[in-house]
Amino acid sequence: MRLTCPLCGARDRREFTYQGDAIMLTRPSNDDPTAFSDWLHLRDNPAGRTRDLWYHEAGCCAWLVVERDTVTHAVHSVALVEGEDAD
Amino acid sequence: MRIEGYGRVDRDVSLDFSFDGRRFAGHPGDTLASALMAEGVVLTGRSFKYHRPRGVLTDTSAEPNALVTVGRGAGRDPNTRATVQELYNGLEARSQNRWPTLSLDLWAVNDLAAPFLGAGFYYKTFMWPRAFWEKLYEPIIRRAAGLGALSGEADGERYEKAYAFCDLLVIGAGPAGLMAARVAAEAGAQVILCTEEPRFGGRLLAEAEEVDGQPGHLWVAGVLARLRGMDNVRLMPRTTVTGAYDGGTYGALERVSHHVADPQGAPRECFWRIVAQRAVLAAGALERPVAFGDNDRPGVMLASALRGYLHRYGAAPGRQVAVFTNNDDGHRTARDLARAGLNVVALVDSRHDAESLAGEVPFFPGWQVCGTQGRRRLSGITLRAPDGRRDVLQVEALGVSGGYNPSLHLTCHMGARPVWRDDIAAFVPPAAHVPGLTVAGSANGAFTTYGCLTEGAEAGAEAVRVLGFRAEVADNIPQANNTPNRLRRLWAVPGRGRAWLDFQNDVTVKDVRQAAAENYASVEHMKRYTTQGMATDQGKSSNVSALAILADATGRDIPETGTTTFRPPYSPIAIAAMGAGGQGAGFAPERFTTSHEASLRRAAPMVEAGLWYRPSYFPVKGERHWRPACDREVRMVRDRVGVCDVSTLGKIDLQGRDVGRFLDCVYANTFSTLKPGRTRYGLMLREDGFVMDDGTTARLAELHWLMTTTTAAAGQVMRHLDWVKQAYAQGWDVRFISVTEQWAQFAVAGPQARDLLNDVLDAPIDNLGFPYMANGAVSIGGTRARLFRISFSGEHAYEVAVPSRYGAALWDLLVARAEALGGGPYGMEALNVLRIEKGHITHAEIHGRTTAHDIGMGRMIAAKDCIGRTMAGRPGLVNDREELVGLRPLAGGTLTAGAHLFAPEADPVRENDHGYTTSACFSPTLGEERALGFLLNGHRRHGETVRLVDHLRGIDTLCEVTAPCAFDPTGGRLRD
Ligand SMILES: [Zn+2]
Repeated sequence: MRLTCPLCGARDRREFTYQGDAIMLTRPSNDDPTAFSDWLHLRDNPAGRTRDLWYHEAGCCAWLVVERDTVTHAVHSVALVEGEDAD
Repeated sequence: MRIEGYGRVDRDVSLDFSFDGRRFAGHPGDTLASALMAEGVVLTGRSFKYHRPRGVLTDTSAEPNALVTVGRGAGRDPNTRATVQELYNGLEARSQNRWPTLSLDLWAVNDLAAPFLGAGFYYKTFMWPRAFWEKLYEPIIRRAAGLGALSGEADGERYEKAYAFCDLLVIGAGPAGLMAARVAAEAGAQVILCTEEPRFGGRLLAEAEEVDGQPGHLWVAGVLARLRGMDNVRLMPRTTVTGAYDGGTYGALERVSHHVADPQGAPRECFWRIVAQRAVLAAGALERPVAFGDNDRPGVMLASALRGYLHRYGAAPGRQVAVFTNNDDGHRTARDLARAGLNVVALVDSRHDAESLAGEVPFFPGWQVCGTQGRRRLSGITLRAPDGRRDVLQVEALGVSGGYNPSLHLTCHMGARPVWRDDIAAFVPPAAHVPGLTVAGSANGAFTTYGCLTEGAEAGAEAVRVLGFRAEVADNIPQANNTPNRLRRLWAVPGRGRAWLDFQNDVTVKDVRQAAAENYASVEHMKRYTTQGMATDQGKSSNVSALAILADATGRDIPETGTTTFRPPYSPIAIAAMGAGGQGAGFAPERFTTSHEASLRRAAPMVEAGLWYRPSYFPVKGERHWRPACDREVRMVRDRVGVCDVSTLGKIDLQGRDVGRFLDCVYANTFSTLKPGRTRYGLMLREDGFVMDDGTTARLAELHWLMTTTTAAAGQVMRHLDWVKQAYAQGWDVRFISVTEQWAQFAVAGPQARDLLNDVLDAPIDNLGFPYMANGAVSIGGTRARLFRISFSGEHAYEVAVPSRYGAALWDLLVARAEALGGGPYGMEALNVLRIEKGHITHAEIHGRTTAHDIGMGRMIAAKDCIGRTMAGRPGLVNDREELVGLRPLAGGTLTAGAHLFAPEADPVRENDHGYTTSACFSPTLGEERALGFLLNGHRRHGETVRLVDHLRGIDTLCEVTAPCAFDPTGGRLRD
């Protein structure tokens, strides 16, 4: 498997660390334990498109959102969590 | 026997080799199989289950029978296919799975018991009683059935792994592969051409056939010369592409030095990961046999193999030969063998309306071969006419052809299923399979040479056009044979005698029918019940026939019956090749501190901490055990001064205006209020409220901070900081980087710590100017250093840091001064005792299931938003928790880490468990054993008695529960 890091280019998956669902990006703004617990623990398990987080640990250390398909293994997009325009 | 005027082996050179101790000779260009055949050796092995005599079936890597062990000693190589093993001078090969010898194999009694050993035998017989399976059946079966054995010694052979990248990977170098590679290379693409054979050319080297008006092998030589002259082409012979993976990644095994007597330092094999923009699969097709009674007799071979041995090696298994076929291709074998002067006594074609394409050869249309004779090799065949009449012919060899199966395995490695084509009676690749891979030639069901050349050229051109190259094909296709191979399917000849399908796992037509009768009617069930296709050849010569017979037995057609799944690898790979470089010191990287050499000079035993190596203790004269050394080092720190390398702690340099705010977010406690020149202990939580790590963070200057992490969690913390920064703190003025490797850092601890430092610092410090938890820039011999007044030991202590290049020198200096003061270096054992006495935690305590509350730091969580705060407040994380306590023995006895805690009167069983211990030591300071552990509601049980039970070590000790800190609880020693 290969991922195209926006900063480093196409790299073997051994350079990356998998984290999980990209829902972790939308952290609840209040401190309601139920909202937090759902956000932290409840996950869909789709056969098809997913958005998940990868960390380019053996590369530029960027956190990435990878949109891919769990059925076809196609990788649709790889984007920086921080946004390309971050300084 | 050798056939004069045939074969492309070098007959001017003779190579000596041995098989089962007997000496033979062959020529460069031979395989072990062809050399044995030329020497008249037909019996090459015994079958897996019934120990039936077996000979060479194929001339390819799909060989199920001729498996031998090559070499001797630790590096001997079992299950080597004789059809693939190239001959070299001095090669030693042995047959397998026989006892005591190949010709007299006593285990062949299994064959007599065959009526009881059929499909499902293991399931039915050995289910019960259970103890019999382990003690009786399994050892016997393992002894009697099996393939070659490993030596049991460590394999000293070298293996390698390597990576390659290209625009186009071409898999297979027959007419299709060569054309694909040539067209793509001429267009300017970077091309890798792999063939599993030692020579490029594929089937063109094994046929008498013209391409472009010249003999096939000469056309091959021309194309190769052109490819060799191009620097955008990489030719990889002896390289099998074994698997197709996501993202255009292919696994490939290169047999680097199996074919030479002296590898001269070259590895035995190299496992490649090839990343290709596009790939063309031109792996050809494999002939399949027809099953009939006793069709496994040595001398019965695939018709194409018989032809291949003639043209490639000038070798034949005998002078009297026959061919049995259901298609036109078998006629070519009869024709070529007759032309070579062999006595072809019969061309038997199961099609009654077939016409002979083999000239004068006696022709038997509509006849079938229904049995064989001979003991350890073939001596005759029985023919059956359409009217049932039988005839027996004396032959030494029989070529059998049941048609061809495209080698489409790679197309199914990512889940696709092949589709059935009725016109060629074979599976072909489906329309969509592996992204970026196209299939050309026989692998795609195009069975003529012209078809292969055309499809190869088009596939190569199309592949590189997609990548933006201009590729021309139109009038580039050489002239070649384009006569289609006509076939009428025949899978098995009805009749008596066992008709073998899977030669390697000894599965017969009857076994498959029996599986169907017992309702193992799905392919996957049949396969597991009979073990068909489950041997090392993965059923390459038997899968389709078995499927067809299953379809027939269950009254379905073949597409309806399905096909089994092909998974990597295409052919066997030594685990040592995939794991190349991972043995011994290559298993994991080693990280050394700058004091490593000095520690070794003092004979300090090293202990691994992650990838780091740290000294356990520094033995002095007379200390033969770790305990006296540890006790001495602890007393030394408590009474005088000790020096310890703490460089392995993670160090992260943070800069920017928003660092304070950022640290407030990642630490449970507040950091934004920390003043420059001050240092603070910090507790880091995971988002789920459990403790991630702890450490100190120093504010070096207004905009400059330095965080330390534990050795164990340095990587995890860095990843976490990157996450919080990039996901939640976008736009904040924070930058950070790991500087763990850049700084050497040493703890100087003990009542005389400041005396020692003032000995080495360019400007002395005092308690007022440098109080507890201060930090500041200092200089040592003119070198800039950092000083932190922090303490893990509980003593008056500092950590002093210098750029790593000065680490070794500073260590020597500090240790020398410490020794002058009656102190010295201390290692991990003493460090551990010192912190247990103080109740300080490490990852033994913050092991991922403990909360800030559990370790008595619940109140540290500040009233601000930070990672983990919300979840840490869950009732289950604060009520009725197992909480950190100290333990001391009430009346002697031993304390151990990993023991469990119970009420004194309770039965020490799981239901009564009240907690467990995490750290334990003998405290020389207190003169007793001490432990840290987690006890149910332990915070309010100080003074109570609990029972410590270590079931594993047989320890049972009554303990008093105490506060975690057992020494200097007010911390006076830190501040003096
Ligand atoms: Zn990157």
